[in-house]
Amino acid sequence: MSYNINEKGYYGEFGGAYIPEMLYPNVEELRQNYLKVMAEPKFQKEFKQLLKDYVGRPSPLYFAKRLSKKYNTKIYLKREDLNHTGAHKINNTIGQILMAQRLGKKRIIAETGAGQHGVATATVCALMGLECIVYMGEIDIARQAPNVARMKMLGATVVPALSGSRTLKDATNEAIRDWINNPVDTHYIIGSVVGPHPYPDMVARFQAVISEEIQWQLQEQEGKTKPDYVIACVGGGSNAAGAYYHYLEDTDVKLIAIEAAGLGVDSGESAATSVLGKEGIIHGSKTLLMQTKDGQITEPYSISAGLDYPGVGPMHAHLYKSGRAQFISITDNEAMKAGLELCKLEGIIPAIESSHALAVFEQKKFKPNDVVVLSLSGRGDKDLETYINYFKL
Amino acid sequence: MMNRINQKLQEDKKLLSIYFTAGYPNLHDTETILQNLEASGVDMIEIGLPFSDPLADGPTIQASSTQALKNGMTTEVLFNQLKDVRKSVSIPLIIMGYFNPMLQYGIDAFCKKCAEIGIDGLIIPDLPVDVYNEQYKTTFEKFGLINVFLITPQTSVERIHFIDSISNGFIYMVSSASVTGSQSGFGEEQSNYFKRISNMNLKNPQIIGFGISNNETFTQATTYAKGAIIGSAFIKHLSKEGVKETDSFVKSILNKT
Ligand SMILES: Cc1ncc(COP(=O)(O)O)c(C=O)c1O
Repeated sequence: MSYNINEKGYYGEFGGAYIPEMLYPNVEELRQNYLKVMAEPKFQKEFKQLLKDYVGRPSPLYFAKRLSKKYNTKIYLKREDLNHTGAHKINNTIGQILMAQRLGKKRIIAETGAGQHGVATATVCALMGLECIVYMGEIDIARQAPNVARMKMLGATVVPALSGSRTLKDATNEAIRDWINNPVDTHYIIGSVVGPHPYPDMVARFQAVISEEIQWQLQEQEGKTKPDYVIACVGGGSNAAGAYYHYLEDTDVKLIAIEAAGLGVDSGESAATSVLGKEGIIHGSKTLLMQTKDGQITEPYSISAGLDYPGVGPMHAHLYKSGRAQFISITDNEAMKAGLELCKLEGIIPAIESSHALAVFEQKKFKPNDVVVLSLSGRGDKDLETYINYFKL
Repeated sequence: MMNRINQKLQEDKKLLSIYFTAGYPNLHDTETILQNLEASGVDMIEIGLPFSDPLADGPTIQASSTQALKNGMTTEVLFNQLKDVRKSVSIPLIIMGYFNPMLQYGIDAFCKKCAEIGIDGLIIPDLPVDVYNEQYKTTFEKFGLINVFLITPQTSVERIHFIDSISNGFIYMVSSASVTGSQSGFGEEQSNYFKRISNMNLKNPQIIGFGISNNETFTQATTYAKGAIIGSAFIKHLSKEGVKETDSFVKSILNKT
């Protein structure tokens, strides 16, 4: 079995491009060009240069000594939190802005939930001097004020999504509608491995730099390129896709995906898509999503805005269904506790999304000799207020 | 027996088709709206099955969908409301909806139910042409349902010919690069596009939709096409005037007094 995408744009039975005809020319243009453009030596050179000089890559693979001691295993943290703008999101936006330039696009649109992808998009638009419009649910605008301000400082226009539940899925709908209305000059920078083919594959390839680096960094530190486990949190699934990418077909390397259970998988306030979701179509992709039995998409809940999405990317639906990855759900409380623990043990304040991944060590036992690589997808600056309120700091 | 859509397309007149969202303004308005529209002289009706995330729709249809779902509309409820529709309505009826609710109902079961009720066709904006062709065409045909495909000003000539070749009924011509309801009149660009398509002499007649809101835009569209579809403008009318007053709306479009 293959865990990567096939030539028709599917991971197993998941993926495809379930889009209205109005989007067909845009998506088809991208589909026909993305691999060709990414293969150009000039593109690769520019992409790598920016990742190095602007983003600050390679991000360190840090052996977390005290955390390892506590859980009696060997834990390496892939420090995506040290990237410019504070998360892995920028790997993708750098790649896509270069893609947009190659395709001659003048106007950039994006959706954002917590605002991390919005900030990463606004940043690369400022870098390239391109117009930037970010759609954000009205409710998220209210609860993520600092990131709204950052986007504005970077020159982006933030447009409130007023439809539906006024959160991430509705912001995505609005971005798609904008693209329908502006089919010629606009590129849509999707923020995760979701959406119609070729987006999940393109975003995964841009994020693949994460596992590319893990391979040689682990070689330096452990004398081998393969860890026993790779662990990452999954909202749409882009940091996980990047951390898994070069290990997908190598089943010696076990993959663990962490989902947000919110208040508990059975509480009605959860975002654990693998448990609560069913196969269906969301944002142009056939995948697992949370929905009513009638096929209406439901609103998820997580304390972490970045994991608060009712679907997962088609790659992850396939990894789940095929059993290639183990899916574990972590509640708000478990994540917050694990986040604070990392602060105390390692002096690193993680994003709450990444805190979900860190909570795995209370759920699953690893052997003392296991080499466990965990994607620390972002830093906690954006979440200070949530941490403050939660711990009454 | 010939499908009602094809019979209607053979009539020597320009066709007016109206879209409304089932369950809006009130859950049980569906039958009244259908009967009133037929009585007012409408040629064909698209019954919108509401969806939580209607990607191709503008604010008016989005809001009507949200309200309809709040009112309690579901696939099952709609099918129940339509159970006896063919006792009182004889014009062609099309269900327009997004793919996910149909997928959850089961495509086979959905098509079977449509056939039992007397639905003539489906418009599913987010079901791609190739997926339909490979996976669902046989089912639709088994139940005598016409699947209507869309084209837009950006659709390539080659693709238009392909869509024409697999269509059986009419082609839904989206008037401009936009979601539903966002036009305020047609300019030269649209006229040229209408003309261009008209000159292609396609096998299937075309019906133009998106942005038709009054007699002027209806006349512009039907100068080049077999008919026109009105959605958002009718929903706005419903929200202002309620379900009883459809006659004045239809007359204003056809310019009959
Ligand atoms: C720090 C961080 N981690 C993870 C995510 C989840 O996204 P993905 O699942 O695409 O990696 C986000 C999204 O905003 C994020 O900001």
